[in-house]
Amino acid sequence: MIKDTKNKDKDYKSIIQEHITKNAPKRKAFNNFMTILLFVFVIVAIIPLCSILVEVFKNGFGALSFDFLFKPPGSIGSGDGGIGPAIQGTLMVVGFATLIGAPVGVLAGVFLSEYSGSSRLFAYFLRLFNDVLTGIPSIVIGIAGYITIVLTLGSFSILAGAFVLSIIMIPIIARVSEETLKLVPNTLREAAYGLGLPKWKVVWHIVIMGSKSGITTGIVLAISRIAGETAPLIMTILGTSLFFSAFNSPVDALPLRIWRLASQPYPSAHEQGWGAALLLILLVLSLSIALRMFAQKRSITFKSVT
Amino acid sequence: MSLKDSKNTHAELVKKLDLQSRKSIFGDNFFKALVIGASLYTLLMVALVFFALAEGSIPIFLKEGINFVIGTDWNAVDGRESFGALPYIIGTLVSSVIAMAIAVPISVGIAIFITEMIPKKLGTVLSFVVELLAAVPSIIYGLWALFVFRFWIRDFIEEPLHNTLGDFSLFARAPFGLDVFTAGIVLAIMIIPIISAVSREVIKAIPHSQKEAAYALGATRWEMVRTAILPSAKTGLMGASFLGLGRAIGETMLVTLIIGNAIGLAAIPTSLFSQSQTLSSIIANEFNEASNDLHLSALIGLGLVLFVITIFINVVAIYIISKVSKSYSNLRE
Repeated sequence: MIKDTKNKDKDYKSIIQEHITKNAPKRKAFNNFMTILLFVFVIVAIIPLCSILVEVFKNGFGALSFDFLFKPPGSIGSGDGGIGPAIQGTLMVVGFATLIGAPVGVLAGVFLSEYSGSSRLFAYFLRLFNDVLTGIPSIVIGIAGYITIVLTLGSFSILAGAFVLSIIMIPIIARVSEETLKLVPNTLREAAYGLGLPKWKVVWHIVIMGSKSGITTGIVLAISRIAGETAPLIMTILGTSLFFSAFNSPVDALPLRIWRLASQPYPSAHEQGWGAALLLILLVLSLSIALRMFAQKRSITFKSVT
Repeated sequence: MSLKDSKNTHAELVKKLDLQSRKSIFGDNFFKALVIGASLYTLLMVALVFFALAEGSIPIFLKEGINFVIGTDWNAVDGRESFGALPYIIGTLVSSVIAMAIAVPISVGIAIFITEMIPKKLGTVLSFVVELLAAVPSIIYGLWALFVFRFWIRDFIEEPLHNTLGDFSLFARAPFGLDVFTAGIVLAIMIIPIISAVSREVIKAIPHSQKEAAYALGATRWEMVRTAILPSAKTGLMGASFLGLGRAIGETMLVTLIIGNAIGLAAIPTSLFSQSQTLSSIIANEFNEASNDLHLSALIGLGLVLFVITIFINVVAIYIISKVSKSYSNLRE
């Protein structure tokens, strides 16, 4: 009986031994094959980025000039004029959107991190709907903005555009704020309470002011997201070739202008389109590169926010 | 200092403290109200989007009924109006399925490569580069795809496929470059960073002991990935993919520029190289030219359909991911 098990044991061992030695080259080769395949995947993903950067710089650089940056567009197909109104419009719409979106987003983040203990169900739903809001396609949010603001005011306007973009910003800012506020060590809060400060002062002076840089990171991340949004602007600010005149008239924006220029059949328009794309990509990429380097230092994660 | 004096100061101090605490209670309540108000505003925005779409699409559902979702005819001419969204729903699904088929294996591969196969520092740099892809606005993807990438696709992928396998209906159309296949590929490029970022988090969360066990049994690196990582990361990777799918379905500008913008029956792709149209692209194309209220309502109705589809997909993704993170925290304990 004992002999038997020993024998079996030996058999088992030798079978494994045999298997390992026999299949070793095959397994090693397959391992190498998979390593190379995955490396190729990484290259495949990076090629588009390189190609986009190269093409945008190559084709867009020629368009840059003083007139291009500051003049309104000339007549269609002439290649005259520039994208001044688009630059102005983008800055204004993004600025106003931030004025609405940043406070709301930060305060919602404060609720999730500091006040959620008292009403867990509400916090649960807030988190859930925040995630849902992140997932709604921007064009759908644009339609909602059209129905609620544009139809009410009776005209396409910068207000409608800013409102719509702020809805896109809020969940991003709220999520990042919550994550950074949670990084503030509890001992700091306890020390502040120990000194007799009321809760709101603790939250405002210690928690929020202490994680100012992290909150700023969230806001800038959201700005770099909305700066390139196009679809919701079609139905809210419409686009125009004039500079800003009033809060209830259409304005232009860089992404919209790129879309219009790319849809025209003239090579001169395409060149201007690449020029506008160069400006937009410089704006967005420099923001997000700066952010990521900053965030890496402070170990803030963006997880599913990006 | 007499006793009376000190009593007085004591009373004053109490009074002062009382006043201060009343002030701070007011401050507390005020700040709490502010914070809760902001949270309610966020919830209100979700409700606003839903009700605006629902209200705006009432006319079209009254006129077309269920035909709006299953009809194939799309005609905005006055007096001959007919709006059926089925071709665009199909176009959305086909382009997203193509995108997913390409993006999921590549993204998961990238996530594995970055977390398991190269030194950590190099991995940080690589993930940084891949995530930059996520920062590029979709309109710039569209511009690049329209003027550069579609010619690559046409010359290097579509034409060889058409010339060798043209007998199959899948590759039957003469390739042009502006079609559902190109749109799917560019969508895939767009969602790779999102899927691979979330996948990386999932893979990172797997306990080290599991990997060590696989190595201890003599597994090669790939065998470790196959036996120790992929089975336990499966659900999480699925959640990541669903997040990517949600993005692909809602993506607008890029699709609008390169899918070929067919209308009605012609928008149902019969081959990979057919022109098509998605829910979001037809909204972007026709919204500003909507000729009458019914046309506008039809486009809003398309938005509602898109809203419902993406909400469903995102909620599934959120559910899967939350379940996974719960099970991991159990594992760690």
